[in-house]
Amino acid sequence: MATGSAQLDATLTPPRLRVAGDWTLAHYATLEKVVATTKALLSDSTAIDLSALGALDTAGASLLVNLLGAARLGDLATAEPTLPTAQRALLQTIGLAMADYQRPKPVRRQNSATEVLARIGGTMEHVWHQQRRLLGFIGLTLETLARTIVQPRSWRVTSLVAHVEQTGLDAVPIVALLTFMVGAVVAFLGSTVLADFGATIYTVDLVAFSFLREFGVLLTAILLAGRTASAFTAQIGSMKANEEIDAIRALGLDPMELLVLPRVLAMLASLPMLTFLAMMSGLVGGALVCALVLDIPPVMFVGLVKSDIGVRHFLVGIVKAPIFAFLIAVIGCLEGFKVSGSAESVGEHTTSAVVQSIFVVILLDAVAALFYMEMGW
Amino acid sequence: MNAVLKPSPQDDVIQVRNLVNRFGTQTVHEHLDLDVRRGEILGVVGGSGTGKSVLLRSIVGLRRPTSGQVHVFGQDLLSLPPEKRSQLERRFGVLFQNGALFSSLNIVENVAMPLIEHGGLTRPDAQTLAGVKLALAGLPAGAETKYPSELSGGMVKRAALARSLALDPEILFLDEPTAGLDPISAAAFDQLILTLRDALGLTVFLVTHDLDTLYTICDRVAVLSQKKVLVVGPLDEVAQYNDPWVQSYFHGPRGRAAEEAHEVK
Repeated sequence: MATGSAQLDATLTPPRLRVAGDWTLAHYATLEKVVATTKALLSDSTAIDLSALGALDTAGASLLVNLLGAARLGDLATAEPTLPTAQRALLQTIGLAMADYQRPKPVRRQNSATEVLARIGGTMEHVWHQQRRLLGFIGLTLETLARTIVQPRSWRVTSLVAHVEQTGLDAVPIVALLTFMVGAVVAFLGSTVLADFGATIYTVDLVAFSFLREFGVLLTAILLAGRTASAFTAQIGSMKANEEIDAIRALGLDPMELLVLPRVLAMLASLPMLTFLAMMSGLVGGALVCALVLDIPPVMFVGLVKSDIGVRHFLVGIVKAPIFAFLIAVIGCLEGFKVSGSAESVGEHTTSAVVQSIFVVILLDAVAALFYMEMGW
Repeated sequence: MNAVLKPSPQDDVIQVRNLVNRFGTQTVHEHLDLDVRRGEILGVVGGSGTGKSVLLRSIVGLRRPTSGQVHVFGQDLLSLPPEKRSQLERRFGVLFQNGALFSSLNIVENVAMPLIEHGGLTRPDAQTLAGVKLALAGLPAGAETKYPSELSGGMVKRAALARSLALDPEILFLDEPTAGLDPISAAAFDQLILTLRDALGLTVFLVTHDLDTLYTICDRVAVLSQKKVLVVGPLDEVAQYNDPWVQSYFHGPRGRAAEEAHEVK
């Protein structure tokens, strides 16, 4: 198994190129150098001798075509008497294939400064475009909802219930556990800070205020943004990649009605319920710490909550839940529809769905907090 | 695991013995035997759901059979240590039914990947050679930098063929290669397989429904039916086999047309 070679014998007239040894993938790197150096020395009058050629595969054949040119090799392959039929056929096939093949031109890189500017511009345009698309999708969802709500026949009850189970019921343990722990942490913080003022009794108010107004809904929304928005994107995205969405359209059905509405409605039903659960669970966590660390018995905890905290605090908290729910679900679904063919694209849009929905939730929560403060609620 | 196999003749590159494949309670293969000889093109036919693809997956080691033995190059893939197994796997190329191109890489990168990983080429070299393989598989110029999702079904097939040929394998497994190709491309595809087989000494394991392909390039044909290989041999012999399915397959309207077309040539 000798490595292939191509030696030019310039002493003869005309000069003679002797191609010998194995021209295979294993020797590609060596052979490529040989080709590069020899090619310059060749002229049309050089005689070519292929008689000592050993093993040949497609990689070697393509190098030979590079060296000698497709047309010339074609002539040689037919003329050379000692060449086995198989190798002759291979050389001709590769020669034919490569005659059509043009090496793709490398893309010219632009000046880096203009490139940076172009990218900034491109990104801004992209962001603007995405926002418009989100608004459009929200409109479309509302329109579909308005249209479907008066036609009980097109309600997708089974799908809705299944999604409520997945997004709501299945999330109960994680939401309850998480908010319970955060409730306990807030109570610990309160007891530490308020102890300096001898006002540890206000730990109860701290826990109740924070959970009813903010933490209950915010923690749940962030959790569902991570848990459910990503699931919606991945589900719809892989359906899109698999042409299932196209199939739905081709069957004369509406993907908005079939896929988006049940998910949005399920989210609208689940998030408020989970928020309520989160509030209660957080209060229980706080009450437990109060009972163990501050000697405030649970009965007293409940009494203090009843006397100090108006029901409006609960209301301003829970009223945010449906809005968050709608946005999380819509962003999750829209990102799913943006997926294009590849597996990479599914991953990209799933990430984007989670990031966007968490961002929107926190942004809106901040705006709401400002608004409530100004209104004195 | 060494008792049952009789000493294998040198020219059997694939030996399947007593293969049983079950999915739950459904039996797909029951004591199936099959030999593939070196350098031949074996066509595997059978009705839908007779386990042609399952057989292919069992041979290339993607599926652990319920029982039985599969030897490729005289070795049992599933019992080999990973390093040896990988070495053996480099010696065959597989064209999956739907192409199975990597969707996050473009076409050239798809074909160049095995060349870089196993062939030890540098990226530019690998991409140049990948371009040649793509041209060989008949992919039109300019498609190289596209992604699989931007290609038509037939072009995906060709790109996938180029990838399976990347390392110049000794055995080529083709799962319905001409399905979804136009007749002209399908005929060119047949010729390409023949040329490569002659030039590289390939052994080809071909699952197909395409009667023209069977008549044009297959040395032997194996019919999968009733959970085993019903009959295997040269096409003329197989076509004469007395079985309702075989008869209607080879002597139905399409079978006759393909046969006549072949005889005219």
